[in-house]
Amino acid sequence: MLISQFLLLGAILFCIGVYGVIARKNAVLVLMSIELILNSVNINLLAFALRNGSADGHTFALYIIAVAAAEVGVGLAMVLLIYRNRRSIGLDELSEMRG
Amino acid sequence: MIAVELLAAQNIGFAVISLLMIVAALRVVTTSNVVHAALWLVVVLSGAAAQYVLLAAEFVAVTQVLVYIGAVMVLFLFGTMLTRARIGTERDLNNSYRLLGIPVAGLLFAAMAIAIVSSFGDEELPSEPRLIGVPEISDQIFGPYLLPFWALSFVLLAAIIGAIVLARKD
Repeated sequence: MLISQFLLLGAILFCIGVYGVIARKNAVLVLMSIELILNSVNINLLAFALRNGSADGHTFALYIIAVAAAEVGVGLAMVLLIYRNRRSIGLDELSEMRG
Repeated sequence: MIAVELLAAQNIGFAVISLLMIVAALRVVTTSNVVHAALWLVVVLSGAAAQYVLLAAEFVAVTQVLVYIGAVMVLFLFGTMLTRARIGTERDLNNSYRLLGIPVAGLLFAAMAIAIVSSFGDEELPSEPRLIGVPEISDQIFGPYLLPFWALSFVLLAAIIGAIVLARKD
């Protein structure tokens, strides 16, 4: 197996996730696209861990999974709060923070 | 001879799984049904777990299945359920400037692909890799990476308390 095939798969998933973050309006779908991005990073880390024969990449991948779980928890709580206040989770309607 | 057959099997497995992952990821960002997007995301995450097994990272693969497919997807489905009156196809999920996303993602991919191919063009992964077991990962976590582990514990605690405070009805 080539290392670049895993890196290219990670790059493709990353770009699909970036497209999702830009294109989606629904806040839950934006969070799902962020999950895609985090997973592509994990694939890269594990590919390099196998290449270098070190356990550092595994450790970082586990930490990323934990941070992603925390991020989804807080993110969905915020989405729930926004929905409760505004009856909508369209991100382009949240324009009050504009300076 | 066995090594060659194993390598071919690995490559075929990689090709099939990654095609499935790419199609499912495209469906996640294009489908017009939030629940379908969550279920396509399950396909992507399972494919990622399979790729981790191909990369000889069994423990991370199991953690991926437990945490992502077990817990995070339940959170997503609950979030969908609690913020949405009806479950089904919807038209209003995309931004008005979503076409901007295609050149951005394309340029980003082109830049990354050029960098990857020029740096690691045809470098093989080691055919007899040093396998990393759970004891070694735990030595890493509770050895040199102990401080980030503590920080991560506080992050998780703060996230749990913050989620409860935010979502509580008062």
